[in-house]
Amino acid sequence: MGDAVGAILLAGITLYAVLGGADFGGGLWDLLAGTTARGRAPRELIDESITPIWEGNHVWLIFDLVIFWTAFPHAFASVMTALALPIWLAVGGIVLRGTGFAFRKEITRLSLQRTAGAAFALSSLLTPFFMGTVVGAIATGAVPADASHASLAAWTSPTALLAGFVFVAACGFLAAVYLVVEAGRRGDRPMRVYFTRRAQGAAVAAGALSLAALFEVQNSDPAFFNRLTGRALPLVVLAGVCGLADLALLTAGPTKGIRAIAALGVAAVIWGWGVAQYPVLLPRTAVTLTNAGATQATFVALVVVAIAAVILVVPSFALLYALQGRQMLGGGEQGTPPAAGSHRSTGLPSAAHAEPPAPSHRPGSATRGVALGLVAIAAIARRRSPR
Amino acid sequence: MHANGMMLLAAAQESTQDVPARAQMATTLGFHIILACFGIAFPSIVLLAEFIGLRRGNQTAMRLARRWSQVMGVLVAVGAVTGTVLSFEMGLLWPGLMRQYGSVLGVPFGVEGLFFFLEAIFAGIYLWGWRRLPGWAHWWSGMPIAVSGIFGAISVIAVNAWMNTPGGFTEKNGQITSVDVWQVFFPRSAIYEMPHMVLAAYMVAGFGVASVYAVGILRGRRDRYHYTGFALGFIPAAILTPFQIFVGDTAARAIAHDQPVKFAAMEYVPQTSRQVPEWLAGVYVNGHVYAGIKIPYLDSLLVGFGPGTKVIGWDSVSPADRPPVVWLIHLSFDVMVGLGSLLLLVGLWAAWTGWRRRRWPRPLLFWALGAVSGLAAIVAMECGWVVTEEGRQPWVVYGLQTTAQAATTNGGVLASLGIVIVVYGVIGVATIAILLMLSRRWRRDDRDDDSVPYGPPSAVADRAASQVES
Repeated sequence: MGDAVGAILLAGITLYAVLGGADFGGGLWDLLAGTTARGRAPRELIDESITPIWEGNHVWLIFDLVIFWTAFPHAFASVMTALALPIWLAVGGIVLRGTGFAFRKEITRLSLQRTAGAAFALSSLLTPFFMGTVVGAIATGAVPADASHASLAAWTSPTALLAGFVFVAACGFLAAVYLVVEAGRRGDRPMRVYFTRRAQGAAVAAGALSLAALFEVQNSDPAFFNRLTGRALPLVVLAGVCGLADLALLTAGPTKGIRAIAALGVAAVIWGWGVAQYPVLLPRTAVTLTNAGATQATFVALVVVAIAAVILVVPSFALLYALQGRQMLGGGEQGTPPAAGSHRSTGLPSAAHAEPPAPSHRPGSATRGVALGLVAIAAIARRRSPR
Repeated sequence: MHANGMMLLAAAQESTQDVPARAQMATTLGFHIILACFGIAFPSIVLLAEFIGLRRGNQTAMRLARRWSQVMGVLVAVGAVTGTVLSFEMGLLWPGLMRQYGSVLGVPFGVEGLFFFLEAIFAGIYLWGWRRLPGWAHWWSGMPIAVSGIFGAISVIAVNAWMNTPGGFTEKNGQITSVDVWQVFFPRSAIYEMPHMVLAAYMVAGFGVASVYAVGILRGRRDRYHYTGFALGFIPAAILTPFQIFVGDTAARAIAHDQPVKFAAMEYVPQTSRQVPEWLAGVYVNGHVYAGIKIPYLDSLLVGFGPGTKVIGWDSVSPADRPPVVWLIHLSFDVMVGLGSLLLLVGLWAAWTGWRRRRWPRPLLFWALGAVSGLAAIVAMECGWVVTEEGRQPWVVYGLQTTAQAATTNGGVLASLGIVIVVYGVIGVATIAILLMLSRRWRRDDRDDDSVPYGPPSAVADRAASQVES
């Protein structure tokens, strides 16, 4: 039962990474979009793609956190104590990102809009980085079973820092790939080219950083490396293949399926980590999935909650994404688009707002639905396998 | 099982960080709970407005619903992130609590997660679906937000109720050995804590909305728009107020039984005795109540409907197990009850005039009271939280774990507390500033609408907007 809940937790982390991670990546591209005039088109596309869905995606984090502390309270307490600093910094980033994003929408004065936008964009960079260091610290066994004090060394090891950078690059990659498809669906050619270049860059960066992390692990933690290249090898290879496939597809031009492949690549990395570590929860300690402080009844309750989530939450998400994909959401409540302020002040026509989507573009939402379905099926299938 | 032994050792440690950790929890929870109230209850009020707009073709109600939904967007976003902070603080500030009882109190939180999902997903659809979803489909897309807001609140309150009256698990040698999920979700105090908080949320949101429009009316904007806005917030809140007072009264009696030390602090009962007087206001220092009004026998009467009722005092436990700041608990309790009663009177006033004269009361005093009713509801709700949280001290899980045992052993909580106060201060000011800015923008829009004397105002605005767009 502990294994099942461990798989649920990993599935939740995967969903947060491929859905919430992309929202962080959007903030990253917002940060790098340049001056107000030059960055207007990409910022608008990012804004419209993220707005209705980011809160739903964000809840995966809460869900994961709750599963973690309920199913593995001892490990949770140790992680929260030993890695308090990077977790606090990530939380700070989450606060600034959410409020910055929400405020930017309602503000019309450009200078204030810039401040709120900067808070949103900068924290989109910091949050995944610190989350990456936390995962890196756990994976390298830097969290003791009975941590009573925060440790700086735990999350500033080369592996943990590299993990932080990998997270940032992966978020950027996911977001750029999703935005390529989004731009394609809107018939916005310049933006499609714009994000294709960025997706390629991020893919190369994420790949290089992942390889660097792998080599670093080989030196610093041979045992973990052996498991990564042992039983987790298929997943590691899958991640690499997905990255290369996306790179090839982006270069060749077709956008069909690139989102699913990108998400699958990121999912493979996360499951590779999980499989390499299984059944140990905190490496280099005796804490495993079954002895981290929860009872059988708790595990059963969590499995029931997870099943309820599949029944209630998955169709709701499907509805949200389907409506978002058909561009049924957006435009604000007042009958003016959210970015209306900047619109009027510049007076320039915007490609992103040009036309409602032609019916021929509809299959895009189907692809998105299939991608989500695949992730869900993969998650459910995975959940069964470790037992 | 060496590791387990070590864990026990860590769990038994007492932290020196419990006071700053409590201050930080109080700050972040006290801030978030206001947003949470709007998250729980505001969607229902917006849906009520949209319902009236759709059913009766009431353009004013429709316009209010659209504008409120923009306010909701801001509040939901800020609430989502401040709620996230609290989730993390459960581990960052209270690792001792989570290590020991995470597997017990986590279950209701898991259920809450489900409702939070539905809330966030359908908020995305409702808030951003105004333009392209057909009327009633849009209205129904808001329904899950309102329903899951209530059930999410119930799930979180289940945790707090469990901390007050823990049960539903067995503990052997410091290890949790079995959990009865049902009992954890519905501990003894749940039956009064859950409705008390949900009603409080509706009062905060309802009176909060009403007070915005009462201010407008006081400033001379006596138009249909302002009266409708006031009514949509005030009427539901005023209707629920008597129920809240009934629930609160029941809760107090149950607390006298379930958490007698908390009750003793609420009512200044030093010794277990009969014919206990009721103190209104007053500060308890060294065995004396200063500046308080004493009503003989009333406390015994309230607890057991007879002056001879025995009330348990705080002398029933050793001084170390008593809440440290008794006067704060008592005064918070009195303020909460006082403000609740005031809100009841305001509601009765409106009901009387409405019944006799078919209109709102005219006196300025009524609108002045209406203008402060939102703040009063917020203060009352915050005071209630002070009572229940301060009153449980020194325990985090009543009778089982002290707050000091639960608190983090990491230093530096003072630093994070300072940062939290600054950041939340900025967010609070920015949120209010943005809501005021929206209100100014809408007033400007209304003036522009007036310059187009015929034709439905919202349609004109829509057309103008789409022209700007394309």
